[in-house]
Amino acid sequence: MLRRITLYGLLLFAWLFAVSTASALSPESAKAIAVGDNDDRIKALSAALVTPDDNLSNLVEALLADTAKVAGDQVLIVTDGKAVIAATGAEAPLPAVVEDVVNNNRMRQALEGAKAAFGLFSDSVRVRNNAITELRESADESKLPLIDRALAKETDASLKAKLEQLRAAMLIASSDKQKRLDAIVALTASAQPSVKSLLQERMKAGVETDPEVRAALTTAIKTVEDRLAWGERLGVVFTGLSLGSILFLVALGLAITYGLMGVINMAHGELLMIGAYATYLVQNVFRKFMPGAFDYYIIAAIPLSFLAAALVGAILERTVIRWLYGRPLETLLATWGISLMLIQLVRTFFGAQNVPVENPSWLSGGVQVLPNLTLPFNRIAIIFFAFFVLAGVSLLISKTRLGLFVRGVTQNRSMAACMGVNTAKIDTYAFALGAGIAGLAGCALSQVGNVGPDLGQGYIVDSFMVVVLGGVGQLAGTVYAGLGLGVLNKFLEGWTGAVLAKIIVLVFIVVFIQRRPQGIFALKGRSAEA
Amino acid sequence: MNTTTLPSSPIASIAPPVPSLLTLRGKVVVAAVLAILVVIIPVLNVMVPATSAFHMSDYAVSLLGKIMCYAICALAMDLIWGYTGILSLGHGLFFALGGYAMGMYLMRQIGRDGVYHSDLPDFMVFLDWKTAPWTWAGSESFIFQMILVVAVPGLLAFIFGYFAFRSRIKGVYFSIITQALTFAAMLLFFRNETGFGGNNGFTDFKRILGIPTATSSMRVTLCVLTGLVLLGFYLMSKAIIASKYGRVLQAIRDAEGRVLFTGYNTLWYKLSIWTLSAMMCGVAGALYVPQVGIINPGEMSPAASIEIAIWTAVGGRATLIGPIIGAFFVTGAKSWFTVAFPEYWLYFLGALFIAVTLFLPQGIVGLVRKLAAKGGVK
Repeated sequence: MLRRITLYGLLLFAWLFAVSTASALSPESAKAIAVGDNDDRIKALSAALVTPDDNLSNLVEALLADTAKVAGDQVLIVTDGKAVIAATGAEAPLPAVVEDVVNNNRMRQALEGAKAAFGLFSDSVRVRNNAITELRESADESKLPLIDRALAKETDASLKAKLEQLRAAMLIASSDKQKRLDAIVALTASAQPSVKSLLQERMKAGVETDPEVRAALTTAIKTVEDRLAWGERLGVVFTGLSLGSILFLVALGLAITYGLMGVINMAHGELLMIGAYATYLVQNVFRKFMPGAFDYYIIAAIPLSFLAAALVGAILERTVIRWLYGRPLETLLATWGISLMLIQLVRTFFGAQNVPVENPSWLSGGVQVLPNLTLPFNRIAIIFFAFFVLAGVSLLISKTRLGLFVRGVTQNRSMAACMGVNTAKIDTYAFALGAGIAGLAGCALSQVGNVGPDLGQGYIVDSFMVVVLGGVGQLAGTVYAGLGLGVLNKFLEGWTGAVLAKIIVLVFIVVFIQRRPQGIFALKGRSAEA
Repeated sequence: MNTTTLPSSPIASIAPPVPSLLTLRGKVVVAAVLAILVVIIPVLNVMVPATSAFHMSDYAVSLLGKIMCYAICALAMDLIWGYTGILSLGHGLFFALGGYAMGMYLMRQIGRDGVYHSDLPDFMVFLDWKTAPWTWAGSESFIFQMILVVAVPGLLAFIFGYFAFRSRIKGVYFSIITQALTFAAMLLFFRNETGFGGNNGFTDFKRILGIPTATSSMRVTLCVLTGLVLLGFYLMSKAIIASKYGRVLQAIRDAEGRVLFTGYNTLWYKLSIWTLSAMMCGVAGALYVPQVGIINPGEMSPAASIEIAIWTAVGGRATLIGPIIGAFFVTGAKSWFTVAFPEYWLYFLGALFIAVTLFLPQGIVGLVRKLAAKGGVK
């Protein structure tokens, strides 16, 4: 036991000694770094980097900032007319004649790399992390000792893993075959998405020539790909779900106004836009008057965007739509006219440019599930929000008195009127409800996309597709259609790219509706007109 | 829900069959229009000196030509919507397809005068393509492209219509899937890979049939040609509407179920008028492109198609002169507004949509007839 402690003590001492002696930047090496042939300078820099210290760090900074000067055998750092000897850090009188140090691009790159290397020994985890990321760009064998030293000192587990990987990335280009093979094994164990491209880089013609190493590379790439595939698959499912939840949230309001009431509301997209602009206004009010509570503006924005859109919806119903019940094609044209006016109105008040809507801090960023799969918080929140709104709407329709009246009026208007239901009022409420839900969707959209006067135009075709595909008059159909289209779209995107995927989905819907005009869930009935 | 378009019975449908296509008065009007087209416009533009008050500027000529192209679209829309009760929100697609077929020919006519002095159209050189894609085969032949002008929209309309009408898709459903169709086509044409110039479309035309396009005489020729086509289509529509075939179409609009039960197969009636309407739009597009000098996927946007519907609605559905008046009124107003008060144009157009559907279900023609009836004038 005692012997072991002594041994450790000796080792520690030896290490400290080695550090203290070697770390001092000698005037000779300082000069070698500053003057001479570029190859020699870079070599000197690499040699000095094995034992980094503050003086070297200062010298590198000075070289990059062009404040390093040469006077005879001395390398000086000149700032504000005062000179400091680079090798010792001691002040020195400023000589009359100093030479500038000229750094070409290659030298500068080497210096930048060296600067990044210093970050490895910073006290801040963030700076160390950045340094690792930067070094990845210029990974070569010469920095290996540096990485080894950093590894020995590193305490953070995740950074340690990154350093290991960086080390392997440097070793994979080593001239020693065994080292290359070892590096491949080490890299295979890593779960970083960048490993794949690193390995593939080596597989390119002429980079790796040894057949044994090539074989190892092939198996390694396969293993890494298999592991990454899961993250990719889950990523597609998640983005599909996210798009799907947005789609059904956007279409839910339409499912009420169109599906239940039969109003072809082409201004539905503009109601989304109103919800988004309401969110923008609430955000501005919070920023101006309650900056402390800015993170919670979204809580206030949700009901207000609902109310704003519902109010506009109620006005529209009372003034225009009410006169067009039973004439769907006329409604279509009139509401298109409304949408044009609403767009222009927003342009007049807020300008034609997009307005900035900032995520609250708790909605920005994301959670990393797999190394190549990060789920953004705002998208997760929207998925939950969509289902929350859905639950609210279905409860409202199925359990409340208003919902009962809405169902009654849509099923048999004259009978409902005979039973004493004020059908005109119910129409207004139902339309306002659909508009308000569009406002909620607009509030959600403001968190993931641009907010501008044209916001609604992009969604109008989509939301009609969702409602029609799901089956008119069916809230559940809307949900399935929205989610299904979202996931389908994202899966296709992986194959064909975004635009073609969208076209394929549209064509699919058109064909589907031709095969099954009532949508996925058809209401059963005997009407010949249906 | 009842999906007939015009619950209030339209005027034209109850008229007794017309023995001859045109009355004497009609013949006089047609002759007058012909005279204006063939004689007066060219004379006013080319012969009358620019300083004279009667001179018709090149701008006016091309504006007139452009509006008459729109009027053809509105007329085509009227056949399918006003008379058959099928609202298409995808007619802009057929218009654009005709325009693209013409545009391809015009692009080939540029020859080596483009920016890159290549045999291929500039945008292909820009995309670093070595040969034109298969869709461009035959684009150097005027005749072939003119066949495409009607064949492409016609074929697309036929296939699409066949499946849609066979599944008895009607009313709003049909409108919405036609909108989806034109939207999908717009996305497709926006892509450079599709091979039709991406979002820039075709422009910078130099000549047509070897004759330069940017001359006064070419402008007048195209304008007059458009007018003649419009007149021809008008007379053709009049013949269709008066025929037995036309009566069945109107019966389909008013009560399709009954027409079916009477033993008519409405599929072929609807499909034929739908295809014809699409082909008319294709011709309009082909006439439009050389006069305006550009075609791009914007013409396929859902908004452009809805505008066609509003021309028809403003003028008066189920009348043949109505859509022409509507196209002149709305696009004339647009030309004026976008110059005088650009920021109010959308307010005006939006208000027009609402006002016409709420207060003028018969459009301008219906309003004039109502006023005339009130004044005791027959």
